[in-house]
Amino acid sequence: MKPAVLTGEYFMTGDVACAEGALAAGCRFFGGYPITPATEIAERMAIRLSHVDGCFIQMEDEIGAMASVLGASWGGMKSMTATSGPGFSLMMENIGLGICTETPCVVVNVQRGGPSTGLPTHGAQGDMMQARWGSHGHYEIIALAPSSPQEIFYLTITAFNLSEKYRLPVLIMTDEIIGHMSEKVIIPEAKSIKTVSRPKPKGRKDRFKPFAPGPNGVAPMPAAGEGYNLHITGLTHDEKGYPVMTVEAQTEMMARITEKIQRNLDDIIRTDSYLLEDAEIAVVSYGISARTSIAAVAEARKLGIKAGLLRLVTIWPFPEDQIRKLADRVKGFVTVEINLGQIHREVERCAGGKVPIFLVGHPGGTIIHPDSVVKMLMEAF
Amino acid sequence: MEFWRVPLDADTIQVSLGIVHILEDRCKGCGYCIEYCPKQALEFSANFNQKGYHPPVVIKPEECVNCHYCEIICPEFAIFSVESPQTTKPGQSETNHAI
Amino acid sequence: MEEIPTPSKEQPHHPLDDLIRTDRIPHIWCPGCGIGTVFSACLAALKASGINLQKTVMVSGIGCSGRAAGYVKLDSFHTTHGRAIPFATGLKLANPELNIVVFSGDGDLFAIGGNHFIHAARRNMDITVICVNNLNYGMTGGQVAATTPYLAKSTTTPAGNPETPFNLPLMAYACGATYVARWTMLHIRDLTDSITEALCKKGFSFIEALSPCPVNYGRRNKQKPLDMLKLYQEKAIIKNDADPATLDIDFEKGIILGKFIDLDRPTFIENYDKIYRPSRLQENVPELNS
Repeated sequence: MKPAVLTGEYFMTGDVACAEGALAAGCRFFGGYPITPATEIAERMAIRLSHVDGCFIQMEDEIGAMASVLGASWGGMKSMTATSGPGFSLMMENIGLGICTETPCVVVNVQRGGPSTGLPTHGAQGDMMQARWGSHGHYEIIALAPSSPQEIFYLTITAFNLSEKYRLPVLIMTDEIIGHMSEKVIIPEAKSIKTVSRPKPKGRKDRFKPFAPGPNGVAPMPAAGEGYNLHITGLTHDEKGYPVMTVEAQTEMMARITEKIQRNLDDIIRTDSYLLEDAEIAVVSYGISARTSIAAVAEARKLGIKAGLLRLVTIWPFPEDQIRKLADRVKGFVTVEINLGQIHREVERCAGGKVPIFLVGHPGGTIIHPDSVVKMLMEAF
Repeated sequence: MEFWRVPLDADTIQVSLGIVHILEDRCKGCGYCIEYCPKQALEFSANFNQKGYHPPVVIKPEECVNCHYCEIICPEFAIFSVESPQTTKPGQSETNHAI
Repeated sequence: MEEIPTPSKEQPHHPLDDLIRTDRIPHIWCPGCGIGTVFSACLAALKASGINLQKTVMVSGIGCSGRAAGYVKLDSFHTTHGRAIPFATGLKLANPELNIVVFSGDGDLFAIGGNHFIHAARRNMDITVICVNNLNYGMTGGQVAATTPYLAKSTTTPAGNPETPFNLPLMAYACGATYVARWTMLHIRDLTDSITEALCKKGFSFIEALSPCPVNYGRRNKQKPLDMLKLYQEKAIIKNDADPATLDIDFEKGIILGKFIDLDRPTFIENYDKIYRPSRLQENVPELNS
């Protein structure tokens, strides 16, 4: 038997570090389905959850996996699943239910080349827009992109904390390369890890409204079996949780599920930068491609090009302000990502035509070599 | 002439009496309670309820034996019976009438 | 004419009102629909079973029957189409103290959700599944379902159903369910007793309740609401312990009703605890000895 927080220094893959981060965050339920390159997260959780009195179940498909994660969350456990592109597609339906019913949980997507079965054993970053809009209807989502096994450990904790605080599924958009890469991971002492749990309601149970926003726009959340006679539905519902099929109810519910994110952007959005203060060209990247970009920016500086990196840690909600401010002072942008232009379009949108924007993309299957970023920095500006 | 098998202790049996309550505005007029009342104690009312259906009405209140079948077959939670404080006296049960 | 006594101003309380969200009544089910009757039997069974209702949860999928979760005054979850069972699985695993009733329709549980049903039964997940089988998709206007009889008409089989329907009790049995029964909404007392028994039983329990859908199924198959009930009355053959392989629904030959399977085998959680969480079992030892 091992503790939930395995304090120490390790040589670990990103997938394993993700599982350890989840346990450190207090995750006690994993409902999964095997899929390359995310399977190692399930395998690690299958044994590690038994050490901490948690529960692991391998469901019959990713649809069931996601449904079980929502059920477990309402059962009072911090819960998660991990998958890759094809499974992520299957989870979309119940991710939508999670958003509509304001259910905290974490979904990890270890991205591989797509579309369809694509490149199961090779990385890509092609699901970024699916993460934003993959489930039907309009909504806000939180998605984080780690750049290393060490960071996935911490970001998994952050993902749980944000999901508990804002009551929604939080996505970790990593990729095969991070997932299968072994690096040094330091797991700190348990007491130094800050975890957040969903606020519990107070006061009279019969008057409790499970969707009446609190001060930060989020309602406290009881678990099933606590005597609140909850009704939770994926239909448009009022603050009581009752279905109401009116334009007014839809407008109010949409305001609740979008404003709780939009009003708390400063708390949710995390970015990192490298040599950005005096940069004339801003490289925008995330995940494994941000590491490519660091090397490229360093190389470009040696060549006399004043490039800097804005690394997006939070992808959704998109760091619009940061891009807008940069657009006022840089000569141009270069986005670097393993797809043919997804976050690129977001950067373009936020730059608002003020400066030129170039993409260093790749359809998937390998990391982007720093040379191609350097080449773009040299040729485009 | 109908023949019934009568229990030997028929004259000692106390048949309970029921009082039927109808929550008219919940009714959607399916008529299941009327059709399946073993005592034919109900029929459609001539009145409409708020939703425009004809709810049942008790036509033979004295016939109700509080079997609850109307209550359990009703899909609308619109009808139920409770036991009447009165019970039929031994020897006055429905079974005896039928003989 | 006899004078009808004026009803008292205070609305009398239906005996199940304490388990219903009365502020949401009348429900959406059509006149003559049997879902309300099955739902009512389920509530009566919940009361009769004596289980802790504060620890009891109803989970539904999508469809007419799926709306039941919205009317029960217990913790209740109206999930996505076909996904009530995996949602319930997560709930149960997170808190094994909860009694979980999945109340949903045939389309939800056996077409879109068929895979989840199969696996929850195989795992012997400790939940009670009540399937209202109205032989078609009612909510969307009467399309063919996995339970629609051969040659029956629906909006998507206008000239008759070319497919063979499922034998639901056979499927439940074959997948590993430990309790399997079938009744109609006319056999309310038997149905209520079966649900009560299933609620008190450990393991995966399945109860099929045949129920009329006069508006969408009956109308296209020349059956008035009462015709369907009369068919249930005339064609019912009560045969407990019948061989599940003989339970195809055939309105010509007769519909076999009864309790078919009642056996015991370890639940998922029991096995999981034994293999993965022996400390939970050890914690229970003093209790057993005392």
